[in-house]
Amino acid sequence: MADRATLEDLVRLQGERVRALKQQKASAEQIEEEVAKLLKLKAQLGPDEGKQKFVLKTPKETLTGKYGEDSKLIYDLKDQGGELLSLRYDLTVPFARYLAMNKLTNIKRYHIAKVYRRDNPAMTRGRYREFYQCDFDIAGQFDPMIPDAECLKIMCEILSSLQIGDFLVKVNDRRILDGTFAVCGVPDSKFRTICSSVDKLDKVSWEEVKSEMVGEKGLAPEVADRIGDYVQQHGGVSLVEQLLQDPKLSQNKQALEGLGDLKLLFEYLTLFGIADKISFDLSLARGLDYYTGVIYEAVLLQPPAQAGEEPLGVGSVAAGGRYDGLVGMFDPKGRKVPCVGLSIGVERIFSIVEQRMEALKEKVRTTETQVLVASAQKKLLEERLKLISELWDAGIKAELLYKKNPKLLNQLQYCEEAGIPLVAIIGEQELKDGVIKLRSVASREEVDVRREDLVEEIKRRTSQPLCIC
Amino acid sequence: MADRATLEDLVRLQGERVRALKQQKASAEQIEEEVAKLLKLKAQLGPDEGKQKFVLKTPKGTRDYSPRQMAVREKVFDVIISCFKRHGAEVIDTPVFELKETLTGKYGEDSKLIYDLKDQGGELLSLRYDLTVPFARYLAMNKLTNIKRYHIAKVYRRDNPAMTRGRYREFYQCDFDIAGQFDPMIPDAECLKIMCEILSSLQIGDFLVKVNDRRILDGTFAVCGVPDSKFRTICSSVDKLDKVSWEEVKSEMVGEKGLAPEVADRIGDYVQQHGGVSLVEQLLQDPKLSQNKQALEGLGDLKLLFEYLTLFGIADKISFDLSLARGLDYYTGVIYEAVLLQPPAQALKEKVRTTETQVLVASAQKKLLEERLKLISELWDAGIKAELLYKKNPKLLNQLQYCEEAGIPLVAIIGEQELKDGVIKLRSVASREEVDVRREDLVEEIKRRTSQPLCIC
Repeated sequence: MADRATLEDLVRLQGERVRALKQQKASAEQIEEEVAKLLKLKAQLGPDEGKQKFVLKTPKETLTGKYGEDSKLIYDLKDQGGELLSLRYDLTVPFARYLAMNKLTNIKRYHIAKVYRRDNPAMTRGRYREFYQCDFDIAGQFDPMIPDAECLKIMCEILSSLQIGDFLVKVNDRRILDGTFAVCGVPDSKFRTICSSVDKLDKVSWEEVKSEMVGEKGLAPEVADRIGDYVQQHGGVSLVEQLLQDPKLSQNKQALEGLGDLKLLFEYLTLFGIADKISFDLSLARGLDYYTGVIYEAVLLQPPAQAGEEPLGVGSVAAGGRYDGLVGMFDPKGRKVPCVGLSIGVERIFSIVEQRMEALKEKVRTTETQVLVASAQKKLLEERLKLISELWDAGIKAELLYKKNPKLLNQLQYCEEAGIPLVAIIGEQELKDGVIKLRSVASREEVDVRREDLVEEIKRRTSQPLCIC
Repeated sequence: MADRATLEDLVRLQGERVRALKQQKASAEQIEEEVAKLLKLKAQLGPDEGKQKFVLKTPKGTRDYSPRQMAVREKVFDVIISCFKRHGAEVIDTPVFELKETLTGKYGEDSKLIYDLKDQGGELLSLRYDLTVPFARYLAMNKLTNIKRYHIAKVYRRDNPAMTRGRYREFYQCDFDIAGQFDPMIPDAECLKIMCEILSSLQIGDFLVKVNDRRILDGTFAVCGVPDSKFRTICSSVDKLDKVSWEEVKSEMVGEKGLAPEVADRIGDYVQQHGGVSLVEQLLQDPKLSQNKQALEGLGDLKLLFEYLTLFGIADKISFDLSLARGLDYYTGVIYEAVLLQPPAQALKEKVRTTETQVLVASAQKKLLEERLKLISELWDAGIKAELLYKKNPKLLNQLQYCEEAGIPLVAIIGEQELKDGVIKLRSVASREEVDVRREDLVEEIKRRTSQPLCIC
């Protein structure tokens, strides 16, 4: 294990060395030499490369916050003499700019689009440099917690409808965290770094987290213990009420605000029928750079059903929270527009659904074609073209093979491969009789349908729920 | 005023100087010194200059899409995509950037319009210029021999965007292609059928599809005596015939491009012609053209095409036009272009909705938020598109006004008395009629009213 970790480090360092040489435009031989070394090292790692657990980052950075560090991950466009441009890193900053630019005070909007990050994409880890984000946000000054509750309702509706397994939504509040750390004695300067340790509690044990906080981050052990008393707790609204009575927390103004809002939130979530999916979790501490109030994260409760595959690992599939200060940073006059929103981890969900379909050997159609217009004998292309044109004009989704004289067997095979449920077969005799033979690909049953009734019959058969044509 | 402009220039230049120093990794003191100078200059511009944390604009040649614009865009895409699906097309997507080498050498003169990404130590990348080169790369990379696909995505060109002329640096392309070896002209005919279906469905006015063929043009120029070297440049002159007169085109060909006048005249006899399949048959009998192998191939294919187009019922929308000569760099056979026959009708002042909300859940008195939340949750769970105001005690008038502005057709009003009676008041925003509906029937009633074709709720 240690060997492998060392090897991985060496590979990483050598990779950086190669990149640096390329950037400095070192000689081709020198680069080649170092690349060869890199490949040798990689070969030692073995074909496996180590399947790592995937963790979704919910990127809601501010300009001055995390962007500072991550700015090296931004794709810049070459300076070609005009404005200096970069590819968008997320959809939140563009949203804030849009609000400020149009002086909007309220909007409820979704935005689904690709964003760009010069990450180190480990393709097996599902991390890409170009990937979809799927954001929903409510901006505006409203009565407390109603939009926040709707965001959570939306998150639950989506995750239920996607049918990717049971999930849980963890909820916390920035002010509760701030207050908790304050009453435990965490110095302000260590707030962020302690947060990131606490956040690991969903993956590692408290002992490890404590040892990191005390050993690596210089936190006094008693302070760490006090933190431990709080952050290992999770529960429903009863935990909120319990903490509202906590002797220390109830003295802290921030914590009280946060707890009060969470109590109200739980009331609304109960009316929305989703309280059983929500867990107030004091260890939820991620992405806090611009969140100002409630924060939430949805996780799948078990790895999705596989057929003998390794589990994907538990990661979050959606996250969000309230961020009241962001738009004010963009507005020239500093006008504040409170916002609350969520982001669905669609790339992660795409992987899950794809894996599930593969495991279940589920066939996915890539077209919606309802009927193939076919001919049983030669020299019937004209008739096919005439018929298919009638079907298209009636709004029916139809295809034909681009062959003058296709074999019937090939046409039927095409339907099987593409999942087309019906075949409208033109034959010489049928033409004389004024009928078309309508065949169900699944059942192989054929029936003669009068030409003038064909459109109706196809529509009838393809509108049935299970489409047992 | 001039002072300010000069100052702004100085600020910009000093800013660039600072950026350059940072890029060159100059010493920290040097950078600090120049930054101090920059800040001094900025301070001279005045106090509000300092507040400007961020320049609030989209990049030149780009724009945001507002909800209204998105609603229009969605409608248009719906029409187009359902047509593509009706014809059995699959859909693909490709990355917004390609390896620079993939795009190199494909666009000729236009290569200078390609957006490059900065060299940040990895692969050299460029933003895609169209969807065709990515398509070709996709086919080659996946060793595909046939596919029928559509692709709708934005492409990027460093044009000089004259916004009023509708030319942007980031804009949508909407491509449909059939790749594969098939019997002649069937897929070609389907492409034209698709084009006509889409343009008809969009209801933007009458249109005409001009059709020509690369081989017919080549053959025509050959029999007229155009030197091979002048082919492309003569093409671009001929192509202007849809906008200017033959005299102007001839004068350009002879005067500016050095074409012999007799050759120009011979060209004129051909390229001013347009018509239906009868023109094809006529040219097939043309003494000169019928001696040219290329022209014959092209004319033969067009004849076949017209047969298929007639069976598809669209021959009346197609015009064989010998002056159609554009974008010929990689076309090898039939080429076509659809034009609107008159400028689109103006200003119907049609109200476009930016949401699809069917009902607003409202309260008539105070302290009914909980009831609203409970009811709206039932509606959402039943798949009904519903909203509520994020206020504990909103005024009924405000709630009704919200519906009018957003175009929401129905209001489900909760009132104290109605709660006791077990009913909800369902109000039609348009007609202002209200009716009491039993709670358990509400979902059904809303679905019934919102499924009516004209939705005269």
